[in-house]
Amino acid sequence: MRGRALPYLLVAPAVIFLTVLFFVPLVQTIALAFETRTGFGLGNFLRMEDDLNFHDAVVNTFRFVGLAVPLQLAAAMGMAMMLRHLGRGRDLVLWIWTIPLGLSDLAAGLVWLALLNDRGYIASLLFHLGLVAEPQSWLTYETPIALFAAVVIAEFWRATAIVVVILVAGLQLVPKEYAEAASVFGASPWRIFTRITLPLMKPSIQSALILRTVLAFEAFAVVIAIGGRNFPVLVSEAYNWQNFNQEPSVAAAYAVVVMCLSLLATVVWLWLLKTPAEQRA
Amino acid sequence: MAGITIDGVRKSFGATTALEAVNLEIADHEFVALLGPSGCGKTTLLRIIAGLETQTAGRVLIGGRDISALPPRARGLAMVFQNYAVFPHLRVRENIAFGLRMHGADSARIARQVTRTAGLLRLEPLLDRYPAQLSGGQRQRVAVARALAVEPAVLLMDEPLSNLDALLRLDMRAELKEVLREAGTTTIYVTHDQTEAMGLADRIAVLHAGRIEQIGTPSEIYHHPATRFVGGFVGSPPMNFLARDGRLLGIRPEDLDIVATGDGLPFRVNVVEPLGAQTLLTGIAEGHLVRVALNGEHHVPPGAELHIRPRPERIRWMDATTGRAIPPGTEPSP
Ligand SMILES: Nc1ncnc2c1ncn2[C@@H]1O[C@H](COP(=O)(O)OP(=O)(O)OP(=O)(O)O)[C@@H](O)[C@H]1O
Ligand SMILES: [Mg+2]
Repeated sequence: MRGRALPYLLVAPAVIFLTVLFFVPLVQTIALAFETRTGFGLGNFLRMEDDLNFHDAVVNTFRFVGLAVPLQLAAAMGMAMMLRHLGRGRDLVLWIWTIPLGLSDLAAGLVWLALLNDRGYIASLLFHLGLVAEPQSWLTYETPIALFAAVVIAEFWRATAIVVVILVAGLQLVPKEYAEAASVFGASPWRIFTRITLPLMKPSIQSALILRTVLAFEAFAVVIAIGGRNFPVLVSEAYNWQNFNQEPSVAAAYAVVVMCLSLLATVVWLWLLKTPAEQRA
Repeated sequence: MAGITIDGVRKSFGATTALEAVNLEIADHEFVALLGPSGCGKTTLLRIIAGLETQTAGRVLIGGRDISALPPRARGLAMVFQNYAVFPHLRVRENIAFGLRMHGADSARIARQVTRTAGLLRLEPLLDRYPAQLSGGQRQRVAVARALAVEPAVLLMDEPLSNLDALLRLDMRAELKEVLREAGTTTIYVTHDQTEAMGLADRIAVLHAGRIEQIGTPSEIYHHPATRFVGGFVGSPPMNFLARDGRLLGIRPEDLDIVATGDGLPFRVNVVEPLGAQTLLTGIAEGHLVRVALNGEHHVPPGAELHIRPRPERIRWMDATTGRAIPPGTEPSP
């Protein structure tokens, strides 16, 4: 009897934890999103869609995810390959690169705000060097491209390291011998990278992309700190509806949209980058 | 022109020295077997020639050109890796085609070469599989096919048949020899297997503890070992050694005759191994382990006391301290 119950006992804490802290709130949020005064329906979603900011929030969110994630992947790939060719300094470099991971995302956003606002370090520096006539402001609704770039840069700085860590771990699972064999058979470094290393790293690239895409859809503190209300995204709109408009059910509708996007992105990556067991390194 | 010159190549990994000053001259079209015990530096030497490892000192020349500074891809050679290194994400067909694709061969040539080498290595039914779906021996044959497909001027093979069953190995050995001779490929072939080395090679280089002990034709290596190590390593069973005042008397097991009692050395038989074509006796003579190989089947009971005599013309003398062969003319009488 005890022997048969033991496995269930062992998974019980995890199941309880997930139920109480994850599953129940999830169901509640979904219920809230579909709840209207007249019963269940799409009313909250219609109100969400009617709002002025909704369109901007969707566009901004997709632009942000669409630029930040590929940039991070490309840079992290480069950094991981660089680390592979590094000798003794390797661990130190990796350690320095991962420092931003230790900061909360709000702190990271504030760091970049301090650098980039009109009285910030960079504006003052340019002014003192005589490169600009007067301190410029980049983070307003009048400079949407600069504002967008600033948000992407801050997120890039903050969260690329996690991709590096995943890719470095993945790279260590790919034995050096395949690259060596390819080089003996005439492959240039670039072809070794595209024909051998990249395909063999598909599983870790997939993990990194899933993680990063989901987190980028949910990016909040960095966006708020730098963009404020000038750069609405889906999550910040949910926050505004909950906090300023006192409309939890519309906020819940936003949350459901973000959740669906995250799920969709995950499914897309799982499908696009699937590696059958027989093709793994 | 693809002769290989290895000129004073040394390799240390930190404190361990894998190769101490290796010198080796391999002619164009020549087939040289590299024979030596585990850990003597065979793989290291091949990797240095291929450019995967940088030598601590010395030069490697191919066709008279110093290639020490060239990356592997520019050296114009192919290699069969000891651990195969067959690409796991490519089907057998694409693995075999890999080198040709990298060299920009046209698709007709690629198709022709894949068919040819796959046929040679009996891989036709497996062309559309992934390496993970193959046995170890099949994977090893893919590695050989991948190297043969590019028709390289220089081919380095690191124990390419080690994982095949005895029969298949015999077949493959004969086919490799023919194919490589026809193509005129300069080949370095690493093996542990003496019969393989003797059967395939124009010359054998015996490597021991990072040094070339001897290089010569199979018959020179077998009948005139330059050192005690070579005599004791090449040949199965190896050469016997008996002490004779500061010298060693080396004699092959098949060069010992059983003689009448009172004539020759007393020999106590411990183990009798009937091997079909030969009967192998292992026992003690003068306090040394001695093996005697007799032609045909002999029924000798274990524990028998026999007398053996070395054929005088087959005796090889070695210096007991240096282990080096003593040149003919200066040797004592047995
Ligand atoms: N990367 C390395 N770092 C340190 N030592 C190494 C390295 N590679 C090889 N060695 C050492 O160099 C020596 C020669 O190794 P090598 O692989 O050339 O042997 P081998 O003759 O191919 O042996 P085997 O027949 O077992 O394959 C060994 O003592 C080994 O421990
Ligand atoms: Mg080896």
